[in-house]
Amino acid sequence: MKFLAYAARRLAASLPTLLILLAGLFVLLQFAPGDTVDALMAQAGGGDAVMAAELRRFYGLDLSVPERLAAYLWRLVRLDLGFSAIYNKPVATVILERLTPTLLLMASSLSLAFAAGMVLGVLAARRVNGWPDTVISTLGLIFYATPSFWFGLMGIVVFAVKLAWLPPGGYGTVGAGYAGLRLMLDIAWHLILPTVTLALIFLAIYLRIMRAAMLEVLNLDFVRAARAKGLSETRVLVRHVLRNALLPMVTLIGLQAGTMLGGSVVVESVFSLPGLGRLAYESVVQRDLNTLLGIVFVSAILVIVVNFVVDLLYAKLDPRITATG
Amino acid sequence: MQIGRRDLLAGAAVAAALPGALRAQEQPRRGGTVTVHMGSEQRILNGSLRASTGVYVVAAKMQEPLVELDGEGRPVPMLAVAWQSAPDGLTHTFRLRQGVRWHDGKPFTSADVQYTAMEMWKKHLNYGTALQLYLQAVDTPDPHTAVFRYSRPMPQDLLLRAMVDLGYISPKHVFEGTNVLENPANTAPVGTGPFRFVQYERGQFIIADRNPDYWNAGYPYLDRIVWRFITDKAAATAAMEAGQVQLSPYSSLPLADMDRLRKDPRFIVSTRGNEGNAVTNTVEFNCRRDFFKDVRVRRAICHALDVDFFCENFLYGFGKRGTGPIPSSSPDFYTPGMPQYEFDRRKAERLLDEAGFRRGAGGVRFRVRLLPAPWGEDIALWATFIQQSLQPIGIPVEIVRRDAAGFLTAVYRDHDFDLATGWHQYRNDPAVSTTVWYRSGSPPGSPWTNQFGWQSDEVDRLIDDAASELDPARRKAKYAEFTRKVLEEVPVWMAIERQFISVTSARLRNHHNTPRWPSSHWSDLWIAS
Repeated sequence: MKFLAYAARRLAASLPTLLILLAGLFVLLQFAPGDTVDALMAQAGGGDAVMAAELRRFYGLDLSVPERLAAYLWRLVRLDLGFSAIYNKPVATVILERLTPTLLLMASSLSLAFAAGMVLGVLAARRVNGWPDTVISTLGLIFYATPSFWFGLMGIVVFAVKLAWLPPGGYGTVGAGYAGLRLMLDIAWHLILPTVTLALIFLAIYLRIMRAAMLEVLNLDFVRAARAKGLSETRVLVRHVLRNALLPMVTLIGLQAGTMLGGSVVVESVFSLPGLGRLAYESVVQRDLNTLLGIVFVSAILVIVVNFVVDLLYAKLDPRITATG
Repeated sequence: MQIGRRDLLAGAAVAAALPGALRAQEQPRRGGTVTVHMGSEQRILNGSLRASTGVYVVAAKMQEPLVELDGEGRPVPMLAVAWQSAPDGLTHTFRLRQGVRWHDGKPFTSADVQYTAMEMWKKHLNYGTALQLYLQAVDTPDPHTAVFRYSRPMPQDLLLRAMVDLGYISPKHVFEGTNVLENPANTAPVGTGPFRFVQYERGQFIIADRNPDYWNAGYPYLDRIVWRFITDKAAATAAMEAGQVQLSPYSSLPLADMDRLRKDPRFIVSTRGNEGNAVTNTVEFNCRRDFFKDVRVRRAICHALDVDFFCENFLYGFGKRGTGPIPSSSPDFYTPGMPQYEFDRRKAERLLDEAGFRRGAGGVRFRVRLLPAPWGEDIALWATFIQQSLQPIGIPVEIVRRDAAGFLTAVYRDHDFDLATGWHQYRNDPAVSTTVWYRSGSPPGSPWTNQFGWQSDEVDRLIDDAASELDPARRKAKYAEFTRKVLEEVPVWMAIERQFISVTSARLRNHHNTPRWPSSHWSDLWIAS
């Protein structure tokens, strides 16, 4: 019961933030030159004044800005995200369609980055200033400094064009009509390159955080005590140091949840994945206000949820922190 | 009645008469899938509502127009088999093809033509609303005859050429009584064409399968067409090289990649089959500005740009110096020998001096803001080239980049620019696509119209006269006069003439055999083994 109350309190506290965020974005977008009808005419390669006026009426753009903002907020209260101008469908449907690829890509690359970053960070910390540390740190720096589109394109050139081992892009074999396990394998097959590309960027961050945290914890008194007890080095590292060094890593996941949904525009474009990042980008270019606000809304909720989970994880990792605190 | 060679070409001949016959030794093979690269996604896939190459490249395989162009660029029958115009140009009668069925099994009749013309072309279709402004009614004396009645003379050649793009027919029974813009058939087309819509996954792909009941028996050859959306241009090249995509139309790959693939025997990189979609790169002057008010300054800018150098070194030769608003690929309207602005920096400086814009402090005459349109790599290059070319004659240029909606608003509504550059797309007849760039009277906010603060009664009159001139020879002469006049005045300079580039797998046959091939039906396209 205490836990539920805590959850409700956290959620209530984030509601004003959400409201300010959405209203702010709405106002901000009013300053962007041109509206969705201009974008549509640019895309169609022509149009005339009669058609433009007709379309503005159709999209409700002939109303004043306060009127539109009020209408939007009122719809939001009723949990209606509105209608997407580009897709001619309810925004909720559009976002839901795009959510799966994004979540799959993000979850898999974050897990990969987290796992690999943890292992490499521990290895580097264990042999600090030795050659494994130097190699790992240098590699991390290179990954971090290289733009992801370049990694992606090079991956495509080497593994898809030259070696023909992996598909060059897309989210599944088009028109293959796979189902069940075959479909899952097909999607996984298409996600290998994008996952690795995205993970390499995250990997560098996790690796450095892990290494730094390990080094810090290794110097603490309780580690000396554990060693003095006669525990093996591996046991000291895994049971005592690692568990404490994981706290900053978990914090980082919470922070990165915000970039999870929007942060992969580049990778989604390079690999032609139908994800939320690309949808957000298209919505800006096409001035599709409803869709963009919908994405912000969904992302905000996701961030709130992930941070909540992170708080719970803290408590699990470090009993000194309690969820009710 | 204009019965002649054209009408005899009707029926199966539409597809069969095309230059496929040139590859006589090869027997067309049935079957297979062609995957097409799409660089961007449209909101509506209905040629009756949206005139855009991005729509036709998909929808024209499922929907058909009344007329199409043959290999020589002349109108030939599609859903109309014959046409006849009254001498006064006020009525045009179309005889429709019999025995044609919509993909849902209902028969195609003159009621569909009437509905599409009055409810879609006249009310919603871009370019169509202007073209059909004087369309009064479409009469349907019988199910296979449609009579277009106009309140002002409509030249037959203008109507036919315009209808190649602006003549796609939609099924009345699907759209009637609905909001046509919201109708689900706009993203799941129901047509009479050689391919039937199967699936559209937004942001991923569209699939269409062979229509076994197509009116042109034996066609199409392909089993399936897949359109894949690949927004990253470099990734699209990789997909072609990996063999996942067989065709990338409308200059959708990076210029450098297209130049590289030109030497690769697996691909054909060519502008062939795009003659009907000529594009010119513009230099648009805001004549409200003190400096551009003076025609000598506008001419000086034109003289300062070395177009030939640009085409050769920046466009890899995919383009040439433009000679006027009507591209040289349109022989019915193009008249050579018009006044030109050769590259001559000294002359440019002299003109500027004469106009009273002498070099001031730091050698600067005046400063301008240049807005490049955000579509196309060539525009960005051209904008930089303009900047580099005007600096030496004492005009520093600030390039202001905007996205699509921002660019259109700034240039064509708020007139917040000094110079702008983008594309003018020619659509087979100057009255459809080109004269609007020069005719005064378009309300602010209409993109690609004369928003340049420039007006000439003489040019306005020439444009109006030519649009209702029934005699083709006299019409051509009027456009020659129009061209001469706007070249002298240059409110907009059509500096470079280009055609779209298609990259095609060398295994495809019967491709790019008509002047607007990527936008056509593809019923005779096949894959060699």
